[in-house]
Amino acid sequence: MRLRDGEVGVFKLAAGALMIIAFAAGALVVLPYFTLRNVPPPEGLTQYTDAQLRGRQSYIANGCIYCHSQQPRDPSVAPDMARGWGRPSVPGDYVYDRPHLLGTMRTGPDLFNIAVRQPSRDWHLGHLYQPRAYSPGSIMPAFPFLFERKRGAVAPDEVVVTLPPAFAREGERIVATQEALDLTAYLLSLDRSYPVRKTSAAP
Amino acid sequence: MQYSVGVLLVTFLGSLAALGLFLWSMSRGLFGAGETAGRVIFAPKEIGLVEDPAAGTATAEDQLQGVMNRTGHTGEFAVLTPEETDERALLDASSRLPVLIALSGAVLWLVIASVFGLMASIKLHAPDWLVEQSWLTFGRIRPAHLNAVAYGWCSLAGLGIAIWLFPRLLRTPLVGSRTAATGVVLWLCGVTGGIIAILIGKSAGLEWLEFPWQVDIPLFLGGTLVGVALLRTLQRRRVPHLYVSVWYISAGLLWLPILLIVAKWPGIHFGVQQAAMNWWFGHNVLGLWFTPLGLAAIYYFLPKVLGKPIHSYHLSLVGFWTLAFFYSQVGGHHLIGGPVPGWLVTLSIVQSMMMIVPVVAVGVNQHRTAYGHLSALRYSPTLRFIVLGGMMYTLASIQGSMQSLRVVNTTTHFTHFTVAHAHLGLYGFFSLVMFGSMYFVMPRLLDWEWPYSRLISLHFWLVTGGFAVYFVGLSIGGWLQGMRMLDAARPFIDSVRVTEPFLISRTVGGTMMTLGHLVFAAHFVVMLLRRGTQREGAALLRRPVRLDTPAGVTAASRASA
Repeated sequence: MRLRDGEVGVFKLAAGALMIIAFAAGALVVLPYFTLRNVPPPEGLTQYTDAQLRGRQSYIANGCIYCHSQQPRDPSVAPDMARGWGRPSVPGDYVYDRPHLLGTMRTGPDLFNIAVRQPSRDWHLGHLYQPRAYSPGSIMPAFPFLFERKRGAVAPDEVVVTLPPAFAREGERIVATQEALDLTAYLLSLDRSYPVRKTSAAP
Repeated sequence: MQYSVGVLLVTFLGSLAALGLFLWSMSRGLFGAGETAGRVIFAPKEIGLVEDPAAGTATAEDQLQGVMNRTGHTGEFAVLTPEETDERALLDASSRLPVLIALSGAVLWLVIASVFGLMASIKLHAPDWLVEQSWLTFGRIRPAHLNAVAYGWCSLAGLGIAIWLFPRLLRTPLVGSRTAATGVVLWLCGVTGGIIAILIGKSAGLEWLEFPWQVDIPLFLGGTLVGVALLRTLQRRRVPHLYVSVWYISAGLLWLPILLIVAKWPGIHFGVQQAAMNWWFGHNVLGLWFTPLGLAAIYYFLPKVLGKPIHSYHLSLVGFWTLAFFYSQVGGHHLIGGPVPGWLVTLSIVQSMMMIVPVVAVGVNQHRTAYGHLSALRYSPTLRFIVLGGMMYTLASIQGSMQSLRVVNTTTHFTHFTVAHAHLGLYGFFSLVMFGSMYFVMPRLLDWEWPYSRLISLHFWLVTGGFAVYFVGLSIGGWLQGMRMLDAARPFIDSVRVTEPFLISRTVGGTMMTLGHLVFAAHFVVMLLRRGTQREGAALLRRPVRLDTPAGVTAASRASA
């Protein structure tokens, strides 16, 4: 039907709507794409190993991101450095991160440099099995499904979790699954204490 | 820092200029047809006649009409002719199949999502509860909750209401009912696949985008099919003006596929750029998908129930374009303090503040429409949900603008405060509006009344009471959590411990909300099966009789012909 004078047509509506979303995508998606595309990785940063990448998948699958961020902020904003979470992160730190895991919640602490604070594999394995054995008051879920409870003879290649006596059961040992070992390998890769040039930081 | 201030100033002035240009073009009549367009949702002499099929009894709708008669409406005749009544019944029935599938699916996902949400809430204060199975771990239940709410409940309810509104808004029976129904079924399949993927550990890892990209294909196709049906209906429209709800729904259906394609295209996004994209999507799915669908419903049902056109049609258009322009750029405020370019965050903060413009436009418009008739809320269940939902929209948006300011954001970022805010938007606003809309729509679809009006009241009080407990507690807890996190002298665990009572109060509120949803779902099923007490009353659109004066209008007289 013929449109009346001054009436917004379907075409005008669609054109306006498309222009607006194109503008927003340009600002928030395309422009960052081109400005960040050629950011080089800092010299101290290495690509993840296969085991670390498998562990990273486990980190994603089990939703660690819903409580842990990976983005220490500038001391002028928040005391992240004072908590030992590391220097403010820069875009170059994330060059190998697909998907990104910056996170939006800190129900638990930032993990960008967890390997600096907790370099021990045993600590991580025990903490994943029962967080409250290591940090009282923690509300992190326990992940017993990443471990096997075993009795009897110890196989040569199995990694047994050493728990504080109060949390260990008589005659039973907790053995890490491959997934737990991979996840721990990933957590131990989270060390961005290498220096970065300020120029690679966000303007 | 100087650079940031410069960007801030330029975007601010640019936005003001755009707004000025827009207002000028509207005053020249370039954009809309003016106040007459606000009347297209009524038959020529219908203004002044209330309509709420959920009112329960004929007496209740009479009382609603009585309120409007007393408080003075703008009605001239308050008459719906038998021909118009027949036509409307035909329009209402034309979308029955896709709408019933969509709304049934929505209710199913509402219940599932509530259970997930409640479990996730309990797990935060009982971290050793249900930990033996991987699919029950917090990190899977929580995203399952979010996605079931967003893409299951909210999207399906929004789609269903949109499909039902289109024939009424365009005075054209739905073209392609089967196409739309196929689209809705595809959408349902996509959501089911996505939730299963999350539970078995196949999440794509980005918030709001957890579904693997393969699963988004049926979502994309489903949304497109619904869009095709609505577009074909649009082409055959028999109204002189496109009502603002049509704008919102059409634009939303246009935006969503674009958002999905850009966000889910495999292999192009990386690192920090992906984070920026993530929040471009995350906020736009709220601002350009849920918000338009919710506002479209408010803009239709609020005037329709009251029998009174929206206060200012022009204002509703200001609201539309400013929402689209400003909201689409706010996503970066989720990355304040993060390793993203400073200009990006600044741009988003400015546009977050500019969001006050569309929000005030919508808020003033709703307020001026409902003002003086608030006693109508007593008799209209639809209105009760819609009006409260509209208020929550204003609150959530103003709160969101404030939260984007660096001074506030520094405290609230990374805390449960944000979670409470998200629920104010998607629950307080969107879900309440959808409840109200469904109470209106279902009787018209099934020619059957809601069997137990007390259950509607019970639903209302459980969800609003529960949500109040949820929101107030979690907001306080989140704020305290943020204060402790910023205090370097305190150990981190203090910020965890301080939240515990509030996490428990969230579970209490969440339990009430879930109970409310179970009541709603049970009522819905009873109605779907056409059980319960059938009453001759407001629910059924019947042939009215011509009346000389508006004061003489009663629902009973409608039904007596």
